[in-house]
Amino acid sequence: MIDVIHPSLLLFLGAAIVPLLRGRAQQAWMLLLPAAIIAVVFSLPHGSSGAMNLFGMDLLILRIDALSMVFTSVFAIITFVGALYALHVKDTTQHVAALTYAGSALGVVLAGDLITLYVFWELMVFTSVWLIWCRRNPVSMAAGFRYLIVHALGGVILLAGIILHVMDTGSVAFTAIDPDSAGFYLILIGFMINAAVPPLHAWLTDAYPESTITGAIFLASLTTKTAVYTLIRGFPGTELLVVLGVIMALYGVVYAVLANDIRRLLAYHIISQVGYMVAGVGMGTIMALNGSASHAFTHILYKAVLFMGAGAVIHMTGKAKLTELGGIYRYMPITFLLYMVGGLSISAFPLFSGFVSKTMVVEAAALDGRAWVWLLLSLASAGTFLHTGLKLPWFTFFGQDSGLRPKEAPLNMLLAMGIAAFLCIFIGVFPGWLYAIMPAPVEYNAYSTGHVLWELQLLLFTGLGFFFLLKHVGGEAKISVDTDWLYRWLLPKFALGVQRVVDRVWDAVLGGLMRRLTWLVSSLTHHHGPQGILARTWPTGSMVLWVAVMLAASLLLYYL
Amino acid sequence: MDLGRLLEYLVENARVLRWFAYVVMAGLVVADILIPSAYDRFPWESIGGFGAFYGFISCVLIIVISKALGYLLLYRGEDYYDD
Repeated sequence: MIDVIHPSLLLFLGAAIVPLLRGRAQQAWMLLLPAAIIAVVFSLPHGSSGAMNLFGMDLLILRIDALSMVFTSVFAIITFVGALYALHVKDTTQHVAALTYAGSALGVVLAGDLITLYVFWELMVFTSVWLIWCRRNPVSMAAGFRYLIVHALGGVILLAGIILHVMDTGSVAFTAIDPDSAGFYLILIGFMINAAVPPLHAWLTDAYPESTITGAIFLASLTTKTAVYTLIRGFPGTELLVVLGVIMALYGVVYAVLANDIRRLLAYHIISQVGYMVAGVGMGTIMALNGSASHAFTHILYKAVLFMGAGAVIHMTGKAKLTELGGIYRYMPITFLLYMVGGLSISAFPLFSGFVSKTMVVEAAALDGRAWVWLLLSLASAGTFLHTGLKLPWFTFFGQDSGLRPKEAPLNMLLAMGIAAFLCIFIGVFPGWLYAIMPAPVEYNAYSTGHVLWELQLLLFTGLGFFFLLKHVGGEAKISVDTDWLYRWLLPKFALGVQRVVDRVWDAVLGGLMRRLTWLVSSLTHHHGPQGILARTWPTGSMVLWVAVMLAASLLLYYL
Repeated sequence: MDLGRLLEYLVENARVLRWFAYVVMAGLVVADILIPSAYDRFPWESIGGFGAFYGFISCVLIIVISKALGYLLLYRGEDYYDD
């Protein structure tokens, strides 16, 4: 029935072997398996396979076309990079979680029908949460549970949408969802939760910074990008997404100004960057969709570099806050330089990968005549460079000397960063390689004089603004509340308030009843109790008296 | 590692780097004014140096608005959620 190997199946089986291996053997396997996945993925023949009929539904487990291949190939690459980065970790749970999580994400992207997609969608949640819990501290434990609850809710919404959609259309096939379909908005919301579209985004910035150092690479790469894939496939041209995408791009930027935890800052920039992709999906033109897909591809690589760089700093110094870091560029120069490759890529500097993909989305807005979208996305671009390219590295590696004297990160971490950073530059210099695998032919030249001049001016003068306001942009030892405030603060407080009211009412009702009952019991006791009037024993003396009286009476009667 | 030494040397000569950056930036603006704009989809695309202006303004706006939001609305103590 299945004539090609499903990469997810291979990853699941491979992950099952990991617990049986120890030491060097496990390490070798952790590299061999993802390498094999890359080989399998790049040799997948275009077309569909794995069709089967289950309970009258036509499932299609493996659909390989240009769009799914974009995501499948970059997922495979990042699985290898992530595994290499985690090579020093001696935690079998994490390794198994990472591999099965990657397998689930591949399953979503390759699923040709909504049922298969849903199964892998849920698997992704239950495999990825371990990458948060494996940090093994109370904070990550709690964050993991919140992550689980939000995604469980999202899964239910998605499932409800799928059921409505299937009942309405009679087909489980996953193609562009008809806006008139009953399940349209529920499925959209389900996808938007995973794409971290505000206000449904807080699970991401809450949980990712609390995940393990190495798990964060997988988390940052997979969940949101599978959601982008499903949006491209299911909701191209949905106008609402243009607005939401632009809001996302700016939302992430604002919170990144306020962030102090370096991985939280990066997490907010995931939201910002996914905003470009979501806006591209909303515009729905060929260039916009190509832009979204290519930006997802480059984003996974440069975001991995950034998270790996930040992770290496946390791993070597034990510090994660801008206010506690500073002046370590001398001690971790390779990490610094590799991080900067990611920083310049996300900022869309010419010759780095973000430039050839992000500008495509912005260009699509221009061709579509959307002035506001164009202006606001350009504003967000400035914000991206401001935080990821300037603020974070400045206050981590330069700035005030924190007194930290860390060693350079381990070789496997540097190698993993190096591979991803190389790909960032390679795509930036040779964008044709990326454009060739896009879902539709790309008719876009990123390196026109106009684009390069505009982008360089925008970025360099953003830099000027940064140094101009340097005193005001540093991290502050504070946290900023986000929409998770609703369920981390308001809901518990509300629940506590309700509990207090219920407690009081219960006490009053019970107290009232008790008073009645006590009165009843005491009055009964008064009359019928051991000391009660009616229960009192009569003295034998009076009995004798009465007997004597009665005898006397009967004697009298006798003589009468 | 000599890489750290090299970076240290560059940091020590930050003043030179800064002037270099100023020259590059000025050059970009001049080039943008001199080279006729390739695009005219929006009115501002044909204004020379608009990118520089927009970049600087964006940066200042983002910092000012975000920090204002932080102080007025969003900032809390680090142990806010702990109790």
